[in-house]
Amino acid sequence: MSLLSIRNFSVSIENKEILHDLSMEVEADTLTVVMGKNGTGKSTLAYALMGHPAYKVPSGEAIFNGEPIVGMAADKIAKMGMFLGFQQPVEVPGVTVVKFLQTATRALNGGELNYDIFQEELLTVLEKLGIDQSFLYRYLNDGFSGGEKKRLEILQLLMLKPKLAILDEPDSGLDVDAMKVVAEGINMARKNGTAILLITHYKRLLNYLNPDRVIVLADGTLARDGGMELADKIESDGYDFLTSRIS
Amino acid sequence: MKDNFTTINEDYKYGFSNPEDYLYKAPAGLNEDVVRAISAMKHEPEWMLEFRLKSYKKFMEMPMPWWGNQEIINAIDFSKIHYFVKAKGGTTWDDVPTDIKDTFEKLGIPEAERKFLGGVTAQYESEVVYHSMKKEFADQGIVFLDMDSALKEYPELVKRYFGTVIPFTDNKFAALNSAVWSGGSFIYVPKGTRVDTPLQAYFRINAKNMGQFERTLIIADEASDVHYIEGCTAPSYSADSLHAAVVELVALDGAKIRYSTIQNWSNNVLNLVTKRAAAYRNAVVEWVDGNIGSKLTMKYPAVLLKGEGAHGEILTVAMAGNGQHQDSGAKVFHLASNTTSRIISKSISKGKGRASYRGWVKTIPGAENCVSDVRCDALMFGDESRSDTYPRMEIYEPSTKLTHEATVSRVQDDQLFYLMNRGLSETEASSLIVNGFLEPFTKELPMEYAVELNRLVALEMDGSIG
Repeated sequence: MSLLSIRNFSVSIENKEILHDLSMEVEADTLTVVMGKNGTGKSTLAYALMGHPAYKVPSGEAIFNGEPIVGMAADKIAKMGMFLGFQQPVEVPGVTVVKFLQTATRALNGGELNYDIFQEELLTVLEKLGIDQSFLYRYLNDGFSGGEKKRLEILQLLMLKPKLAILDEPDSGLDVDAMKVVAEGINMARKNGTAILLITHYKRLLNYLNPDRVIVLADGTLARDGGMELADKIESDGYDFLTSRIS
Repeated sequence: MKDNFTTINEDYKYGFSNPEDYLYKAPAGLNEDVVRAISAMKHEPEWMLEFRLKSYKKFMEMPMPWWGNQEIINAIDFSKIHYFVKAKGGTTWDDVPTDIKDTFEKLGIPEAERKFLGGVTAQYESEVVYHSMKKEFADQGIVFLDMDSALKEYPELVKRYFGTVIPFTDNKFAALNSAVWSGGSFIYVPKGTRVDTPLQAYFRINAKNMGQFERTLIIADEASDVHYIEGCTAPSYSADSLHAAVVELVALDGAKIRYSTIQNWSNNVLNLVTKRAAAYRNAVVEWVDGNIGSKLTMKYPAVLLKGEGAHGEILTVAMAGNGQHQDSGAKVFHLASNTTSRIISKSISKGKGRASYRGWVKTIPGAENCVSDVRCDALMFGDESRSDTYPRMEIYEPSTKLTHEATVSRVQDDQLFYLMNRGLSETEASSLIVNGFLEPFTKELPMEYAVELNRLVALEMDGSIG
C-alpha cells in the first residue's frame, strides 16, 4: 500500500478548476519531486491535500496511510502525519518560535509534551541547521527574511517528524548557502523516516538530494513521470519540451 | 435583545450567584432622600453629604455622554436601580457570612491571598465586608482600607484629595458615582515607601438590578511606589446591571503608581467607569487595563501630566464578542514640559462584537518638548465584527513629538490554516493568534494574571469562530 494515493483528483478554487484528473502514488521512505511551470497546479495540489477550506475537490480521492482525507480539517490531517512546508509562511506576532514549536508538538502528540526530550531534540536540530538559539525567542515569522522563514519550516519539519512532508518550493529565493542548509534538513528528515513530496521549479536543490522519482505537471495534470533525467532535461531545455507531447 | 445574551450568560464561567442576604437595601430609584439616607447610614461628615447632594443635582442636570453607545446608555432606566445595598459582613474573616465565603472560595480569593497578596480588600455588593492588611504594611505607614473606613479614620487625607482628579462635574456617570458612591479602596503610600507586593481587590455584583458605585482613591506620596490590581467577575443575571466606578490616582513628585485591571463582568453589565490620574514632577503612572466582559464598557483611563518630567503609560485591551461593545481607549494631557506618554491599545472583535478605540492626546502651549507615542491595533475575526478608531489629537505646542500608528487586521483563513497544519484545532489556532496579539499587554501583568488571561482567551475563542 502506498503512503499516499491520489486517484482521479480534481481541485478547484472559486469554481475554477486548476487540477484535473490527477493520479499518482507516493511511497513511504521516498523522495518524490514535483516540477512544473508557474500556474500548473503544484501548490494547489499541496493545499488541497492538506485540507485548505478554499480548495474544493469536486471529484477524485486522496488516501493517506489508508484513510481518505478529502474533506478533512487540516488539523486532523496533520495529526495523521502529513505536513506542509509553506512557500510563504504566515506571520504570527507575539508568539515566540519556541512557544509555537511546543504548542505544535503537544498538539501532534495527543496533548502531551516531555519538556526534557523536546529541549534536547530542539538543541540538536538547531545545531545541525546552524541556527542560533536566539531565533527561538523571536516571534513566529514576524520580520523574518525569506531565508529565515524557509529555515524555520525545515526546523519544524525536523521537530514534528511527519510521515509525509509536502515541501512547497523550499528553495525559492535562497542563496546557495541557505539552500545547502535546506537540503541538509531534507536529508535529515528522510533519516527520521519522513517521506518527501518536494515541489520545485529548479534542479539546483536536487543536486544536494537523491530523488527517487521526478513528476512533471503541465496544465493541471500529470505530464511526465520518471527520474532525475527529467530534471536534467528541464534544466537544459526549459519546460517547452512538454508541450509537444501534451498537444 | 435579551435572547442574544442568554447563551453567553449560560456559558459565563463565574456565573453563579448566592442567595441575596442583606442588612439594608435602598428602594429602587434615586432622589435626594436616598442620597441623604446613604450618607446617614454611613455616619459621614457633613462635607461628604454636601458633596453627594451637589453631585446629585449635577447628575440630574447633566446630559448623557455624547460618545460611546448612545442606544444602550439612553435606555438606562435610573428609576429601576437600587443605589445602595449593605451586605451582612464583618471586619475579620470569621465574621464573613458563609455564602459570601463560598463565593470567594469559588473565585479562589483566599488561596490567591495566601500565595501572593500583600493585603486584600474584597468588595461584596456595595460595601467591603472583608478586609485584611498585613502588619508590615501598617508598620510602614501604608494605608489600605475600604473608602468608607478611610473616610472615618483619615478624614483629612480623604478630604484633601477626594474628587480633585475627577470633579463631580466631569460627566454624568462620575456625577452619579459622586452622589451615591459606596465602597472602593483607599490607599496611601508614605514618602519614599516602596510596596513590593501588588495590592489587590476583587469586585462583584450580586444583586439583581443593583448598581455598584465604588470609589477608589490612591495617593502615592513623594518617591513612593505602588502596584494595585483590580479584578472583576460577576454572576450572571438577565436584567442589566449598572457599574459606574470612579478611580482617582495621585502620584506626587517622583512617585510611581501602576494600576492593573482585568474586567470580566458577565455580559449584562454596563461598565461605565471614569479613571484618571494626576502625575506630578517626575512621577510615573501606568494604567494596565483589560476589558473582556460586560455588555457595554465605556472606559478611557487618563493621565494628567502636571509636573515636569512626568510619564504616563496606558496599555489597554478590549475583547468584544457577540452582543458586546467595548468602547475603550486612553487620554493623556501634557500639561508640563518634558512630559512623555505612551499609549498601546489592542482590541479584538469577533462574531457580532464591536470594539472602539477612543483616544485623546493633548499638549498645551508652553509645555515644551513633550513626547507621545500612540499605537492602536485591532484584530478582527469573521465578517460581522466591527472595529472603530476615534483618535483625537490636540497639539497646541509646536515642540511636541507625537507619533500615531494604527493597524487593523482580519484573521485570515491562511493564518488559521498555517497553524492548523501543525496540528492545532481552529480554536487553539485562534487562541494562539489572540494571545500573541495581546502579548505586549500580557507581559506587563503579574504571572498569575497573565495565565488567567490566556485561559480566558481560550474560553472566549472556544467555538465562537465564524
